[in-house]
Amino acid sequence: MAKSPTTLELAIRKAREKKDILLMTHIVLGYPNFDDSLRVVEDMVKAGVDLMELQIPFSEPMADGPVILKANSEALKAGATVEKSFAAAERITREFDIPFLFMTYYNILFCYGVDEFVSRCKSAGITGCIVPDLPPAEGQQYLDAMHAAGISPVHIFTPKTPETRMRHLSDNSSGMIYCVARKGVTGKDTAFSDDLSEYLELCRSSTDLPLGVGFGVKSREDIDFLRGKVDIAVVGSETIRVMEQDGVGAVKGFIETLVA
Amino acid sequence: MKNSGYYSQFGGAYIPEILVPTFDELESAYLVAREDESFWQEYIDLMSTYSCRATPITRLDNLTEQLGGANVYVKREDLNHTGAHKANNVMGQGLLTRRMGKTRVIAETGAGQHGVATATMAAKFGFDCTIYMGAHDVARQRPNVFWMEQMGATVVAVTEGSQTLKDAINEAFRDWVSNMDDTHYVLGTACGPHPFPEMVSWFQSIIGIESREQMLERTGKLPERVYACVGGGSNAMGIFGGFLEDKGVELVGVEAGGRGRGQGQHAARLAYDDATIGVAQGYKTYFLQDNDGQMQDTHSVSAGLDYVGVSPILSHMHETKEVRFEAASDTEVVEAMQRTVRNEGLIPALESSHAFAQAYKEAPDMSSNEDILINMSGRADKDIFTVADAVHDPKWQQFIIDKAEAYRAEMQNG
Repeated sequence: MAKSPTTLELAIRKAREKKDILLMTHIVLGYPNFDDSLRVVEDMVKAGVDLMELQIPFSEPMADGPVILKANSEALKAGATVEKSFAAAERITREFDIPFLFMTYYNILFCYGVDEFVSRCKSAGITGCIVPDLPPAEGQQYLDAMHAAGISPVHIFTPKTPETRMRHLSDNSSGMIYCVARKGVTGKDTAFSDDLSEYLELCRSSTDLPLGVGFGVKSREDIDFLRGKVDIAVVGSETIRVMEQDGVGAVKGFIETLVA
Repeated sequence: MKNSGYYSQFGGAYIPEILVPTFDELESAYLVAREDESFWQEYIDLMSTYSCRATPITRLDNLTEQLGGANVYVKREDLNHTGAHKANNVMGQGLLTRRMGKTRVIAETGAGQHGVATATMAAKFGFDCTIYMGAHDVARQRPNVFWMEQMGATVVAVTEGSQTLKDAINEAFRDWVSNMDDTHYVLGTACGPHPFPEMVSWFQSIIGIESREQMLERTGKLPERVYACVGGGSNAMGIFGGFLEDKGVELVGVEAGGRGRGQGQHAARLAYDDATIGVAQGYKTYFLQDNDGQMQDTHSVSAGLDYVGVSPILSHMHETKEVRFEAASDTEVVEAMQRTVRNEGLIPALESSHAFAQAYKEAPDMSSNEDILINMSGRADKDIFTVADAVHDPKWQQFIIDKAEAYRAEMQNG
C-alpha cells in the first residue's frame, strides 16, 4: 500500500489545502467539435473547476447514459479521432494548470497499443486515466505501463462492490478513486440519502486515496451533501446537458453556480 | 472475479465494475448447474416436452441427386418451438434464472428470433420481460415484434448507433447495470463476457450431441463436413460441439458475405480480412472496426448475422484451423433458400440459408460415399417480407396493398 503519491494525488492534496471539496467535470472531446471543446475547457477552468475528465469518444460506450452516449456518437460523426483527441489534450494541458484525466473504453487503448497509448498520455501531459470496462484482472499491461509512467490508473467503486474488492481496486489504483453514487449509467438522478452516506463511509475506510463521487451530481445542494465526506464532486452529464440546452456559452455560468 | 474465460487470446470479461458481483453470481450458478446432472436432465425434459427435441435429421433426396456429389443431410432446428435453435439457449438460461431467484429477464435481438424465444420463455416461467431491438431491425422484422408483444414483452426500439444487434446489446447492458438485483440478461449468442460464450455453447451443444448420434444411426458413420451459419456463433458452436473430437469431420462456418468484400458491405469477420482483434461489448475477438477501434457498419440480408463481432471461441478455432470459415453473398443466400423451398419443401431462414449456400457450392465436388450435414438453425416465416421483396412476387405486393387499404378504411370509419 505504501506507494509514493503520483502527480495526480499530489495535485489533489494541494488543491484540498485551500478548498474543502474539489469540482471535477467531464467533457467529450470533439463534441460538438474540437474548437468548442477547447472553449468549454477554458470556461470551466476560469469558473473554478479543479480537475477535468476528457473523454476520448468510442462507438460503444457501454457504461454511459443517453447524454454522453449521444455526445460520443456526434463527436465521431463530426470526425473525431484518437489522434485529434491527443492533439487537443496536448494543447489543453499546455494552456491550463489543473490536472486532466482521460476517460475512455479499453478498445481505444488496445487498438492504439497499450504501451504507446500510455506514453502518448505522458507526453500529452495527462495525469490519470479512467477505463470503465477494464477490471484490474484484464489490465495488467495497462497497470504496469501506467505505474511506470507515473500516470494514475483510476478505478471505480460502486454500491455493489464488497469491501475486499474495494481494497483490491485501491491496490491497483493511484491518484484517486472514482465512486459511482448509484447503480445504472451516467446522467440519471441520484438519491442523496443516508444510504449514500453509509456507502461513502465504506469507500473512505477502504482506501487512503482521495475520493471522487460522480453519477447524478448536478447541483450546489448535491455538492454540499458530499462536502466533508469525499474530496471531489464529479459533475459529468449535467454540463453537457446545459451546453445542449443553452449553448456552449452557458457552461461558465452553470459552473459558477456550483462553486459559488 | 477470476481472470478466466479465455480461448487462447480471445474472450475474457471486460465489464463495468458495477456488474462484477453479478457476473460472479452468474458464473457460480452456471458452474453449479454444470456439475449437477439433474439440471441437464431437467433441461432435456423441458426441451422434449415444451419444444420438439430431439429435432430430426432430414436427407435432402432431390437436391442430393441434383447436386450429384455428397449426400446432403439437414439438422432440423427449425422444428424447435418458436422456429429456431435460439430456444435451446433461452430455456436453459430460463432454468438458471429461476435457480438464481430472479424475476425479470432482458434480451437483445437481431432478427427477432432470440427476442421471441425469450418472450416465450418469460411467458412460460412467469418472468417480466424487456427486449431490446435495433430500430432498423424492428422495421424489417415486424412479425417477430408482434409476437413478442403478444406474449407480454416490452419491445424497445433502439435508435442509437447503427440501430442493429450491437446497439441492442449495449442497451441491454445499460438496463442490466441498473436492474441486476432482480434481472437476468439472457444474452442470445456465444459472445459477450465470460461465462456467456461457454454457457450458451453448452446449452446449444444439445444440437451437436443429438446430430452425432443421429448421423451414426442413420448412415453408420460420421459426416465428412458440417456446415453452420455464423452470426454471433451459437448455432455453429452448438452443432460443432458434437464433433470436436472427431478429426475426420470438417467444420465449416459460413458468415454473411453481404455485397462482397470491403468494410460496410458484409458481416464476415473471419472469412474476409476486414476485421481486426479488439475489445467491445465485454469481450475480445475479431471485430469489424477502423484503426482507432470504432465499430463499423455491417450489412447482411439477414438481420441475425448482421453483427460486428463473433464468438471468441470461434475466433480461437479459426486461428487453430479447427473450423474453416467461408462467406456467402446475399444473392447466393436468397437463391439457396429458394432452391431448398422449391426442391425439398423446407423453408430455411435467411441466416440458415448461408450454410445451405456454401454446402451447395461444395457438395458437387464430393463423392456419393460422403455425407454432409447442414444446421438448419431456423425457419423463414419471419423473413416472409424480406424474401417476398427479394423475389419480387407481384401477388404478395397486391396482398399487402389490399391489406393496407382495408386497414386505412377501417381507421377512417373509426
